[in-house]
Amino acid sequence: MNFETPKKYALLIEQAHLVGKEMFRPISRKYDRAEHEYPVELDLLASLLDGLNESGALAGAGAGKLKRGGGKSEAASGVRNGANLATVLSFTELCWGDVGLALTIPRQGLGNAAIAAVANEEQLARFGGRWAAMAITEPNAGSDSAAIRATARLDGDQYVLNGEKIFITAGSRADLTVVWATLDATRGRAAIKSFVVEKGTPGMQLLRLDHKLGIKASDTATVAFTDCRIPKTNLLGDPEIRAGEGFAGVMQTFDNTRPLVAAMAVGVGRAALERTQELLRAAGVHAPYDKSLWRASAAEAELYRMEAELESARLLTLRAAWLADNGIPNSKEASMAKAKAARVANHITLRCLQLCASVGATETELLEKWARDSKILDIFEGTQQIQLLIIARRLLGKSSSELK
Amino acid sequence: MNKDALGRHMMGLGLAALRGFASSPLAQKVGLLAPTERLLYTGAKTTVGAAARVFKLASGKAQRAERLPAPSTKSDLFDPSVSEEQALLREVAQRFAREVLRPAALGADAACATPEGFETSLADLALGPMTVPEALGGAATEASTVTSALLAEDLAWGDAGQALAALGPVSVAAALTRWGSAAQQAAYLPPFAETVPPLASLALSEPRPLFDPLELRTRAVVRGNRYVLNGEKSLVVGAERADYYLVAAELLGHGPCLFLVARTARGVTTAREPALGLRAAGLGRVAFKDVELDTSDLLGEAPGSVNYAHFVARSRIGVAALGVGVGQALLDYVIPYVNDRSAFGEPISHRQSVAFMVANLAVELEALRLVTWRAAARAEQGHPFEREAYLARVLTTERGMELATNGVQLLGGHGYIKEHPVERWYRDLMTLTTLEGGLLA
Repeated sequence: MNFETPKKYALLIEQAHLVGKEMFRPISRKYDRAEHEYPVELDLLASLLDGLNESGALAGAGAGKLKRGGGKSEAASGVRNGANLATVLSFTELCWGDVGLALTIPRQGLGNAAIAAVANEEQLARFGGRWAAMAITEPNAGSDSAAIRATARLDGDQYVLNGEKIFITAGSRADLTVVWATLDATRGRAAIKSFVVEKGTPGMQLLRLDHKLGIKASDTATVAFTDCRIPKTNLLGDPEIRAGEGFAGVMQTFDNTRPLVAAMAVGVGRAALERTQELLRAAGVHAPYDKSLWRASAAEAELYRMEAELESARLLTLRAAWLADNGIPNSKEASMAKAKAARVANHITLRCLQLCASVGATETELLEKWARDSKILDIFEGTQQIQLLIIARRLLGKSSSELK
Repeated sequence: MNKDALGRHMMGLGLAALRGFASSPLAQKVGLLAPTERLLYTGAKTTVGAAARVFKLASGKAQRAERLPAPSTKSDLFDPSVSEEQALLREVAQRFAREVLRPAALGADAACATPEGFETSLADLALGPMTVPEALGGAATEASTVTSALLAEDLAWGDAGQALAALGPVSVAAALTRWGSAAQQAAYLPPFAETVPPLASLALSEPRPLFDPLELRTRAVVRGNRYVLNGEKSLVVGAERADYYLVAAELLGHGPCLFLVARTARGVTTAREPALGLRAAGLGRVAFKDVELDTSDLLGEAPGSVNYAHFVARSRIGVAALGVGVGQALLDYVIPYVNDRSAFGEPISHRQSVAFMVANLAVELEALRLVTWRAAARAEQGHPFEREAYLARVLTTERGMELATNGVQLLGGHGYIKEHPVERWYRDLMTLTTLEGGLLA
């Protein structure tokens, strides 16, 4: 049993932390104010990341590397620490810097994770190394993915897509968009498949960019598909509708990406807590674990509680990623990590804002920004309530028709 | 303990005996105990403490104390899984918890005592031999904090009160192994390797609101070549029955220290003081009024040789692990209950208000478990672990309360009556949130 970070990731974490500190933090406020303006600084970062990838310093990390199992173990026990662990570790640091900017790093989109999870070799060759966004939500279908109404109709060698997608992170910037659509609206979940659409494909139209509470550096797009034709080979996974198989392919993505969102939460939660600890220390409040919770001041006790919750969220996140690396089913644990980390991070950023009083609520500090940024983490990639549903169904052995 | 020693022990003492348990109920087993054997057991129990003290005074010469290394690790990879050896040991402990502790829990709670024959049946787990170094008659070649925490967790799944009664004495042995002088080890440790170990008890908590183990009011002063101890301890496991106590006290001019104090020493008084929960552990108060102690009764070679912060942290990991065990028992119990219980024409687990409570219970339990395991792993690896143990303590306090109250709530009225164990877990968890000391991981 070991819960410490292996030495082989020390460099990766250090590099990611430096990016967060030296590249993200200085421009955090700038792009929070200039919503929808593309952070040009990130192009440099993207090439830097590509370089680090090639040199091996990134140790196979990144949204596009999230494979389950795979790879050889370096330990006699057969235990693997691979791309999933490396990616949550580095995303924690990047999001310690800035969640919005981390979400708009070229080629690190959630669509990249989807492609990595379900694409075949030929598709990996075509789509690998390109920036992919993820389009699931529709104006009338949010958490209920089975209610998706966007359609895909096979016509010769092409699929014809029709429908409207909202809340697409990096939707106006990414090279590719992974679109969820149904092959047959009468056949429920089993008919829902994911399709890769190249930017600029005729029939794909950017309708608008949303103005948001936080993560303003990241664009959130609404896109319409009107008789949008894509090659038949752009369908990810199995093209057949297999009754009773549910989301099989498409949902696999979430088992890999939910720990990643949990890692983002741990990052922004830690940012707020560390800054608050600094500010409170300057104000004479220091909490070195030398008093019981009941003898500590109210502010100290609050710091202890937040630290304990953050630590538990972090460990749940690392374990969920570790399970994925070792090819062990982790749906329940991925949802546990996501549910816990997201609510803890949101709580911490809000409480830290309160502890710092007007310093926390005003724009001189980034605390008020983190309080806005963190809220999305408890919503996207499955809301808190969806995570609890997944966990409960697994624990109780219930289907989605029994436990609705 | 290395794999061979573990295997030897589990085959010799654990598994074989447990196979016996599987085929015969505990009551039968106790009934079969020969009267002479029982007499021997009772006799050993009451005399061993005094005998040890005499032996100690006779052999005060300097030797080297035995210290157990942590299990060696070859890999630094992140790994939240248990080792093969630990998995084997857990199987034995979980079976003992299921077949011996759980069936006896209700009665032990009512009686505020462990059931008759408890110490004898406990011998099957070989807790003492697993703690005492080979050179002192035990079988231990290593000391694994993680294994200790797992053991506490698994036994507490059966019953936290009895788990505490079982782990209290062996925690004193662990403290002696970790910090004791050669003479103290020679005097006190060999009896723990016997079939029925001595009843020793770790006394840390003090009876006052806002108690903090880092601010003790039990005090010792130096008077000539002796220490004089004054103060009072609460939540002491087996307070009235213990042969001796390991008492945490502030030594004037030196800071917090640990003292070995016989129950029969002049100035020691005990009183039964049952708590809300953990009643099987026979909790009580122990008061010290001008108790005179030898310099050799101070644990370790000299004041300061015990790392008191580590002592407190290890106890916090132990308590947190007990909490995880009770939480797991609760989760395992409410899941079938909410699936079987129908209301408004369908199982209540089909309602999100119920299902989400179960989900949250599981999330918070896993959260507490991982924080506790990390603290234990860091202690074992020789890293600083006071912070992690403190955080485990904070979560035990915060989440223990939540698990306790929601467990009963999920069963509604049935959670409130003694036909189901959840009201006991409610009391056990809440008592754990106030406990400092009692056991060590």
